[in-house]
Amino acid sequence: MNPYIPVTEDDLRELLEKTGVKDVKELFNDIPSDIQLNRELDLKEGKSELEVRTFIEEIASENHTTDELICFLGAGAYDRYIPSVVKHLAGRSEFYTAYTPYQPEISQGTLQVIFEYQTMICELTGMDVANASMYDGASATAEAAIMSAVQTKRNKILCSDGINPQTKAVLDTYLRFRGFEIEYVPLKNGGTDLALIQEKLDKTVASVIVQNPNFFGVIEELSGFAEKIHENKSLLIVSADPISLAILKKPADYGADIVVGEGQQFGGSLAFGGPYLGFIACTEKLMRKMPGRIVGQSEDVDGKRAFVLTLQAREQHIRRYKATSNICSNQAHNVLIASIYLTTMGKEGLKEVALQTIQKTNYLYREMLKIDGYEEVFKDKKYFSEFPIKCPGNVDAINHELLHEGFIGGFNVESEYPEYSNTSLYCVTEKRTKQEMDELIQVLGGAK
Amino acid sequence: MRKYDKLIFEISKEKRKAYTLPVLDVEEKDISQLIPQDMQRDEVNLPEVSEVDVVRHYTNLSNKNYGVDTGFYPLGSCTMKYNPKINEDMAALPGFANIHPLQDELTVQGALGLMYDMEGMLSEIAGMDGFTLQPAAGAHGELTGLMIIKAYHEYHKDTKRTKIIVPDSAHGTNPATAQLCGFDIVEIKSDAEGSVDLDALKAVLGDDIAGLMLTNPSTLGLFETNIKEIARLVHEAGGLLYYDGANMNAIMGVSRPGDMGFDVVHFNLHKTFSTPHGGGGPGSGPVGVKEKLIPFLPYPVIQVNDEDEMFELDFDRPLSIGKVKSFYGNFQVIVKAYTYIKMMGSNGLKQASEMAVLNANYIKEELKGIYELPIDKVCKHEFVFSGIKDYHDVTTLDIAKRLLDYGYHPPTIYFPLIIHDAIMIEPTETESKEEMDGFIEVMKLIAEEAKKDPELLKNAPYTTQVRRIDEVKAARDLILKYKPE
Amino acid sequence: MEVKKGLYYTNEHEWVMVEEDVAFIGISDYAQHSMGELVFIDLPEEGDEFEKGDAFGAVESVKAASDVYMPISGEVLEVNENVSDNPALVNEDAFENWLIKIKPSDLEELGELMNSEQYETFLSEEN
Repeated sequence: MNPYIPVTEDDLRELLEKTGVKDVKELFNDIPSDIQLNRELDLKEGKSELEVRTFIEEIASENHTTDELICFLGAGAYDRYIPSVVKHLAGRSEFYTAYTPYQPEISQGTLQVIFEYQTMICELTGMDVANASMYDGASATAEAAIMSAVQTKRNKILCSDGINPQTKAVLDTYLRFRGFEIEYVPLKNGGTDLALIQEKLDKTVASVIVQNPNFFGVIEELSGFAEKIHENKSLLIVSADPISLAILKKPADYGADIVVGEGQQFGGSLAFGGPYLGFIACTEKLMRKMPGRIVGQSEDVDGKRAFVLTLQAREQHIRRYKATSNICSNQAHNVLIASIYLTTMGKEGLKEVALQTIQKTNYLYREMLKIDGYEEVFKDKKYFSEFPIKCPGNVDAINHELLHEGFIGGFNVESEYPEYSNTSLYCVTEKRTKQEMDELIQVLGGAK
Repeated sequence: MRKYDKLIFEISKEKRKAYTLPVLDVEEKDISQLIPQDMQRDEVNLPEVSEVDVVRHYTNLSNKNYGVDTGFYPLGSCTMKYNPKINEDMAALPGFANIHPLQDELTVQGALGLMYDMEGMLSEIAGMDGFTLQPAAGAHGELTGLMIIKAYHEYHKDTKRTKIIVPDSAHGTNPATAQLCGFDIVEIKSDAEGSVDLDALKAVLGDDIAGLMLTNPSTLGLFETNIKEIARLVHEAGGLLYYDGANMNAIMGVSRPGDMGFDVVHFNLHKTFSTPHGGGGPGSGPVGVKEKLIPFLPYPVIQVNDEDEMFELDFDRPLSIGKVKSFYGNFQVIVKAYTYIKMMGSNGLKQASEMAVLNANYIKEELKGIYELPIDKVCKHEFVFSGIKDYHDVTTLDIAKRLLDYGYHPPTIYFPLIIHDAIMIEPTETESKEEMDGFIEVMKLIAEEAKKDPELLKNAPYTTQVRRIDEVKAARDLILKYKPE
Repeated sequence: MEVKKGLYYTNEHEWVMVEEDVAFIGISDYAQHSMGELVFIDLPEEGDEFEKGDAFGAVESVKAASDVYMPISGEVLEVNENVSDNPALVNEDAFENWLIKIKPSDLEELGELMNSEQYETFLSEEN
């Protein structure tokens, strides 16, 4: 008997009898015979748990993890420390085996978690309203772009070329099929070229997208930038690194209308790219155009505080083809993970993570520049957790050598930006130690 | 159970902490040297709590939830089957959890191989020729699938095809997806049994039709017996067929969308392949296509290098629609579904569908004397009642709320829209006869209660953590985040 | 359900009442009733111009959302902020609580609408 199908022979007999059929096969008689499979699926037979475990553990062991290799790779996914409580609490199956909270009376756990998450995202970004999350940072950015076009009834998006290439790729796909235009504005010395963007503002521009810190790790200086955009009745969309928000100015304070980002760094595993979560937050003015689930506070019939999905008239199940988006789900379990992480780190902890990150990043940057053949790419820029550096040779070749020494080297920038030859993007999180960085320096110093 | 009604912000106390970090071991620079002057921030007002606070808070919140692990969850069209624990263990293996998506391909051969194998298994189950694992959910799969259809027509310079046909019984995502993909929607009426009306279909088919979106079995749990004719008509008109895999749990190993004539399908790994719904996600919505559409799949595509038999990612896909998500999809969800398919095997998957269908028919037969069954036929994995038979003093919502008092998650209600007062029941294969009998008894009892004392139902539930919630107040007052009083 | 006399109606359940050279537009009692308790009303800005049949706003309840369409063409002179601040007013009295006041551009268009008797017949046929 299959452990997940609890029917015994006696049960089967009774079920068939009460249903009025002799054989289960009869229940499929309505399927025309020429589209019945009439053979077994060409898959292996089911196995015992022990056999499956052994088989899959074998596959997992073919991967080389960040436990055995020291990771200096970021570029959209970050190797940060995950406190023990995160996995223990997120592993409670009352949370993860529940559906979307359509029955709020028995879903207050999920609903309150999302409400608290929305509150913390608003605090981090400074925005009025946050939703219950999107698939990932890239799709959140694409949805924000569409939201801006719908709101302004304009069809063009200006995007700083400092946006993550993964996000760029997803933006391109979403906007092309929806029929909107996107133009990438080149960087100037590693930073968003504010003047050039301002020049390009016209009545077709729905929004301007800027990532901060940008893909090169550069902390963008955006004060005053939003004014010009708003004068043109366009919107400013900021894609923010969420850890950096503990020490960098809130995007709301420099005029963002929509803030998006990738939430993996809030307690999420690297997990070969997913599941992660995208966060999105906006001004009150835009909230009715925001896609996805939103949880609100209300009361039950006894006057007791209770939470419930709200503002649902935006969504596909009511608006159908007039909905802002087709999204139904959110990454609720990742929201739980992010919430546990944020409450565990708390006010001081998140700040300390961010401060250690920026200090260690700058340490490695200083030390690397001391190695012969390693040179600055951008002049006088400030970096948060990543920096580009010009290497004395091909980045892939250097990374191969590093791999032999137990390091995952930086991202090969040339693969996405051909104009930056031999340039590697190094990432440092709070998890890296001085010793690890010094060892890296030593290997790189000897590798040239 | 302990009463707990605090928000995390309400138990916060200055200077409490739940974390530890190593002391900074590099030379510390003044922060004003590291951050441009006007980009600095002083503080971020997150909770200040101890580790015990964190643990008790979330443990108490978990007790306010109802999951498949709590009890029966016959939520129609959502396939709330049991989520095996081995799935969770496998996804959490460090070999899967702790790999960076941009690591050298040589260091992630296991992950790439697993995904490659998964694509092959899904292709076999669907009767398709190729799969992408990139979409993060069912709706995301729909979007990807329609983009592929659009790209295919564009490639053939067939740019007049701007419309997608959607039956009026379809889930709201179908029209919303078509819109997001830049298509116009043509809605066609279903016949009395919720099937595609062939005449209505013929009337709208033409050289402006890009494709048709359909789920089979339909949202009413009935197999679309004309599917081959539908496929022929749509293909003849130059359109493509999209299969919404929401109801695949009815027919695994019995019938395949590819053999029915569908060109593109998506599966919901979180429904059919037992990965948990997570309280709303993450899901995973892989998309399968026929041979001629493979060039349009999102990049990168996993392939085997002929020379050294290593797995590699192919980014050079000139006809690809592009990317729909960062990296390669919800990888850990894929690992869970992969584990499930390995546990079940060909025999197990078929048995799952057979039992899902038998269980649905069993409950239908046991309750149809008491609840109105608008279409009295053999169903597949789910079926739809229309309120209590010959009795209208309580609403479907009242019945659902009363079920909460008896410890059951209610069925899907008021969907599909084409059935008045719909109650959509999907038991899945993982429930025992005893569990179903308990549910049947309670459903009968509730029908009796309704007739004796309708007020009892109208005010239900009574025993839950909170009672009926004022949704109008929530939407009018709009408290969307915590504000200290 | 009330169908007030002296107004013109559309088959999308809007009403229009003309007073000299201005017109008031709202949704019918039937419409507010079938929507249920309204939680949000989206209205245009003063000075916006619409053609007959254009969507000029939307009404939302917890379970439904519907666009509202211009019964006749015209320029928006005033929006009723009382109803956008408190949508429940429309549930209380859908005729008293108009949504927008316009300057009609072509009063001939009224001829294409239903009077109250015709609208009542229309409602009974629809159900």
